[in-house]
Amino acid sequence: MSEKKSKSKNTSSKSARAKSVNPEQILSFYREMLLIRRFEEKSGQLYGQGLIAGFCHLYIGQEAVVVGMQSAIGEGDQVITGYRDHGHMLALGMEARGVMAELTGREGGYSKGKGGSMHMFSTEKNFYGGHGIVGAQVALGTGLAFANAYRKNDRVCLAYFGDGASNQGQVYESFNMAKLWNLPVVYVIENNQYAMGTSIARSSSETQLHRRGASFGIPGFEVDGMDVLAVHAAGIKAVKHARAGKGPIILEMKTYRYRGHSMSDPAKYRSREEVDAVRKQSDPIQMLKAKIMDEKIAGEAELKAIDKEIRAQVSDAADFAVDSPEPDPSELLSDVLV
Amino acid sequence: MARMTMIKAINSALDVLMEKDETVCSFGEDAGYFGGVFGCTEGLQEKYGLNRVFDAPINESAIIAMAIGMASNGLRPVAEIQFADYIFPGFDQIISELSRIRYRTAGAFTMPVTIRTPCGGGIYGGQTHSMSPEAFFTHIPGIRVVMPSNPHDAKGMLIASVECDDPVIFFEPKRLYNGPFDGDPHKPALAWSSHEKGEVPKGHYTVDINKAEIVRGGSELTILAYGTMVHVAKESARLAGVDAEVIDLRTLIPYDMQTIAKSVNKTGRCVVLHEAPRTSGFGAELIAQIQEDCFYALEAPIIRVTGWDTPYPHAHEWAYFPGQERVMRAIKQVLEN
Ligand SMILES: Cc1ncc(C[n+]2csc(CCOP(=O)(O)OP(=O)(O)O)c2C)c(N)n1
Ligand SMILES: [Mg+2]
Repeated sequence: MSEKKSKSKNTSSKSARAKSVNPEQILSFYREMLLIRRFEEKSGQLYGQGLIAGFCHLYIGQEAVVVGMQSAIGEGDQVITGYRDHGHMLALGMEARGVMAELTGREGGYSKGKGGSMHMFSTEKNFYGGHGIVGAQVALGTGLAFANAYRKNDRVCLAYFGDGASNQGQVYESFNMAKLWNLPVVYVIENNQYAMGTSIARSSSETQLHRRGASFGIPGFEVDGMDVLAVHAAGIKAVKHARAGKGPIILEMKTYRYRGHSMSDPAKYRSREEVDAVRKQSDPIQMLKAKIMDEKIAGEAELKAIDKEIRAQVSDAADFAVDSPEPDPSELLSDVLV
Repeated sequence: MARMTMIKAINSALDVLMEKDETVCSFGEDAGYFGGVFGCTEGLQEKYGLNRVFDAPINESAIIAMAIGMASNGLRPVAEIQFADYIFPGFDQIISELSRIRYRTAGAFTMPVTIRTPCGGGIYGGQTHSMSPEAFFTHIPGIRVVMPSNPHDAKGMLIASVECDDPVIFFEPKRLYNGPFDGDPHKPALAWSSHEKGEVPKGHYTVDINKAEIVRGGSELTILAYGTMVHVAKESARLAGVDAEVIDLRTLIPYDMQTIAKSVNKTGRCVVLHEAPRTSGFGAELIAQIQEDCFYALEAPIIRVTGWDTPYPHAHEWAYFPGQERVMRAIKQVLEN
């Protein structure tokens, strides 16, 4: 893949995609995206009821990105991201119960209530967080990739970050080192066009974020982040590139968040119409559903059954998160120094 | 005079400053078009234009460094760091450049930079949105560190900070933005509109950033506090039914030792409060100085009530926060000793 090619928007054509993805995979993409969507809707409800407090950043609208990328990595590959992390954890197969219980700050949460929505981890699933400090995960992920190269373990790290984060200085310090040492890292930029209340145009001189690695010699590609199959195809190529020892690669996912930045966002920086237009025209779940119906991969009844199952899973997670006891106060004093 | 929140008071201070002096400009993440995540800069871009009130990318290091360059070249910048927890990418710029330029240039340059930043807990912000990192900055010679506890002081101290030729880190206790908070999370939220310090003069005035304020006179013991803990101190003293003198430090560097020593020499007992962790917190400095200056007047060991020596947890916010119960226990202990 060369920098020049990035001008043709996606990395693969529709027909090429269709071949590499079988119907079961398509249904599993649908199921995973729906799980994230329903999970986030439920989180929003619990927040409204005062059962989740503080900062809570929903992933609704961006589901295709993590689901597509997840399908491109293998056992033992690492994932690291920022604070908008619920979708990443669910896609990795972390328990909905444990994620939700961390949101409610309970003992049953992945960080026993110490971390909250933005700070969860799973050594079992190779999930390295969950980071509240914008941009930190990019350099941390580069370190994970360094360890992979050092240990020659053939693993690749996916480091996700936002359009806003892409301006942080440490991102470029990382890019340089990653290319200098050809580290196996895929930088996945989730360009949802806003960093909190600031649109990308108001904060970035180069808004084509896939070009941000150009001066380091890091190839970059723009991907339709609302199309899970496009993400999947781009992900496969990028991961192959990184695993082959060719060094870092950037995927800029064009995506959109439907909800506010966090639960307390007045959203006065964009219009209702703008949000509605994306929802109507390019919702990742609706688009995949249409494809499933068109190609008769599954019928309405089957999809309804999936939805029902997922709703049950999510409401079970919510019950768990609400019933799980608060951590013992002594727990607050542990895990500081060994 | 008008009653207003601390947010409005800060906004008013910036308005007054920008109106009066065209070298004053204000910038930060989401602080232009959006008006700041807490609304402190709302309406200012409309009024003063994109040139003077603008959005910065998520670049704390360069935000602070830019402010240093701007100040070296005739401007009086007010940089906003969205939460104090995010100031650390710019920490090097603060230590290595901002604080030393005046000394390094033998006074050829002054550094009229003000860094505004919300701090403290009480809003369920967890590990990365609740810090009280003031002590780090008090350890750097060459910068002033202030933290108002109410709208009246916030406006007057912000004007004084921006007009001061030294760099100032201006901490805004975010739990106090919309109302005083006495440490009891179960009470309905109070509003500044019913608090005397919510009364804010229109126009230009300053509050001396070298002076503490005695916010409650008393003779039995002295309680030293700043920011949110001022309100916790007053309410805890009232609940404990003791004749405590409560001092709002307002300024941490340079702290007003005269006012502190006078009070401790009178009462002979002292409790020091802060939300920040205990070890090497600002309380340690205060206590060291008090024992030097007031040793023979002391009747009991000085006690600190602080956050725990852990990150700020998501769960159990009120076990971490040094609330009324813990403060009252310390008051009792220092009186019984
Ligand atoms: C170092 C740092 N600076 C600022 C913030 C505050 N902040 C949190 S999220 C955010 C916007 C980030 O936007 P983006 O990277 O586009 O991610 P998105 O929220 O769109 O997923 C900001 C400014 C922070 N958490 N850390
Ligand atoms: Mg964004």
